Amino acid sequence: MSSPSPSPDRHSISGWGNRPRVEARVRRPRTRQEVAALVEAGFRGIARGLGRAYGDAAVAEEVMDLTRLRRFIAFDEETGCLEAEAGVTLADLLETFVPRGWLPPVVPGTKFVTLGGAVAADIHGKNHHRDGSLGHHLDWIELVRADGATVRCSPEENPDLFHATCGGMGLTGIITRLALRLRRIPSAFIRMDTRKAANLTEIMAAFETADAATYSVAWIDCLAGGPALGRSILMTGEHAEPDELPARRRADPFRIPGRPRLNVPLFLPGWALNHAAMKAFNEIYYRRPLRARSYRDLDRFFFPLDSIGNWNRIYGRRGFIQYQFVLPRDRCADALPRILERIQASGRASFLAVLKLFGPAHPDRPPSLGFPREGYTLALDFPWDDRTERLTPELDALVLEAGGRIYLAKDACMAPATFATMYPQATDVRAQLPDGGPARFASHQSGRLELTP
Amino acid sequence: MSTALILGATSDIALALAAELARAGHDLLLAARDPARLEEDAQDLRVRFGRKVAITPAFDAEALDSHAAWIEALPALPDLAALVFGHLGDEEKALGDPAERARIANVNYTGAVAVADELAVRMAARGSGTLVGISSVAGDRGRGSNLHYGSAKAGFTAFLSGLRNRFRASGVKVVTVKPGFVATRMTEGMDLPARLTATPEKVARDIVRAIPQRDVVYTPWFWRCIMLVIRLVPEPVFKRLKL
Repeated sequence: MSSPSPSPDRHSISGWGNRPRVEARVRRPRTRQEVAALVEAGFRGIARGLGRAYGDAAVAEEVMDLTRLRRFIAFDEETGCLEAEAGVTLADLLETFVPRGWLPPVVPGTKFVTLGGAVAADIHGKNHHRDGSLGHHLDWIELVRADGATVRCSPEENPDLFHATCGGMGLTGIITRLALRLRRIPSAFIRMDTRKAANLTEIMAAFETADAATYSVAWIDCLAGGPALGRSILMTGEHAEPDELPARRRADPFRIPGRPRLNVPLFLPGWALNHAAMKAFNEIYYRRPLRARSYRDLDRFFFPLDSIGNWNRIYGRRGFIQYQFVLPRDRCADALPRILERIQASGRASFLAVLKLFGPAHPDRPPSLGFPREGYTLALDFPWDDRTERLTPELDALVLEAGGRIYLAKDACMAPATFATMYPQATDVRAQLPDGGPARFASHQSGRLELTP
Repeated sequence: MSTALILGATSDIALALAAELARAGHDLLLAARDPARLEEDAQDLRVRFGRKVAITPAFDAEALDSHAAWIEALPALPDLAALVFGHLGDEEKALGDPAERARIANVNYTGAVAVADELAVRMAARGSGTLVGISSVAGDRGRGSNLHYGSAKAGFTAFLSGLRNRFRASGVKVVTVKPGFVATRMTEGMDLPARLTATPEKVARDIVRAIPQRDVVYTPWFWRCIMLVIRLVPEPVFKRLKL
């Protein structure tokens, strides 16, 4: 009735930024045994989840789509340890475990990611300053290596492989299963405090004092210049206890109210989001009256953009990039204004810009290609065009000069020399690749960055 | 607690249906030819829904003589049984191969009828039970591209109709499910029209919603209209169509 090895399908694939777009052979295994069989049969390419990396990290001529590897394996109600297959999505995990009072220790800006993809990008969330990145909360990872062997690694077992695999962008093998520690939450609601900061100095001071908050993140207006440079809205959040919720929520504090999901049915024309429109939007968004304190369910607090399906189409068919970098804390005061001014001078607007203060990277051993380090991270969206293409190398140079780095899950155009300087620990990942010959697991990104031979 | 038996539980529609039934509060009994293949999916359902999920001894639809004893060996007669197993087969091969031809008929018709009979008689004796038969829109009219599979499903559809009629007064409910194109392992590699192709999850939701209120359910619903048109085409015209 069924062949043991699923047949390949040809599909046009891209990252969330809609560029580059590639005709790929897509393999869709349903079990980890099928993954191993495909690798043994000569698979050469990269693992792919829901394709939410913005650039070309999960793009290759041959990809292994792991979204059918989506089984839960075990859950320990005492410790919160969840064992699951790599294709389980965060949305699925939340739907299953939030009603029971559990939340992943690290929650990114979208729930449409797979756990395997989240590990491969070593994702961070609004609580990074307190809890670090996802890699700190894993008990173990199981992956199929280039020789087809299934290997388990953890901070204690095969530690070099573990630290190269967290944040390793899928290059060390196909992640098939993992164990993650969830944490208890008192309700599905966040008590959110909001305040405005008139400029960069104010928002940085506000982040310093918000250090005790569980969650913190700021929306920053990248178009305001002069004395208003860096004006922002800081949002901090704490898990709400049931008794502080409005009466109608108290009966079932873990129920997230449903809401209509909007959709962008087609690509908007490239001019739809022009500079003047964004500037006007930012002005209104910043000036609008804010409620100092409000309660938001987890979906609205963590994933506001998830309520708009295919929002990446607003940037048109040419696609867009999300430019996210982090600067060392002591360089932010001088380098951040220069970068913001450079963006403004370019005439490039960013509709969505997010600022966040990271805490220290992992105390004893950060992931080899881990992105977060202590300091400010800024994420901006730019529609792709000639101006963006000219702007990004200039921004790369400014980030590099300040000792910062670019997030690989967002990167779509970094030069190899830039990458080599930003990520000296890349050698630890290369040490985990098979000797000689072309790499088994490689993406367009790893080739572009000369990370894989 | 109500228990649902899924026959042919390794298929994509079966697993999606198992999840929907567990979500609706049923404990599960999963049956397949190769029970070892069910272990990880059964464990997933347990973690996900916190319901009892058991795997039965091997069930072989083609081993007609084994069905009665196999049912007797179950921990209890289930409240609901879903017949999801099927064999699409290779139509080109079946035209010249008695074994493939027989297999398509035996899995989709003879075997399905045999186990449905055994279950229905026992449910009628108890005075309650629900049988859900997964037939196919392919059974609504014979087409050249799936004449063996389609005719076996046509027989199964007719049998379910008769079963419903026969056992209605005994408290046995029979639901006939006719899925259209579904993106499953069975149809993998086929060039199906994307707009007409449903996910197994959608089909499973339709089935569970239909159980309390419908006798025959097309899923997705628009197949009822498509098949009505296809049935209305006069045979002299239909025989010339390439379908």
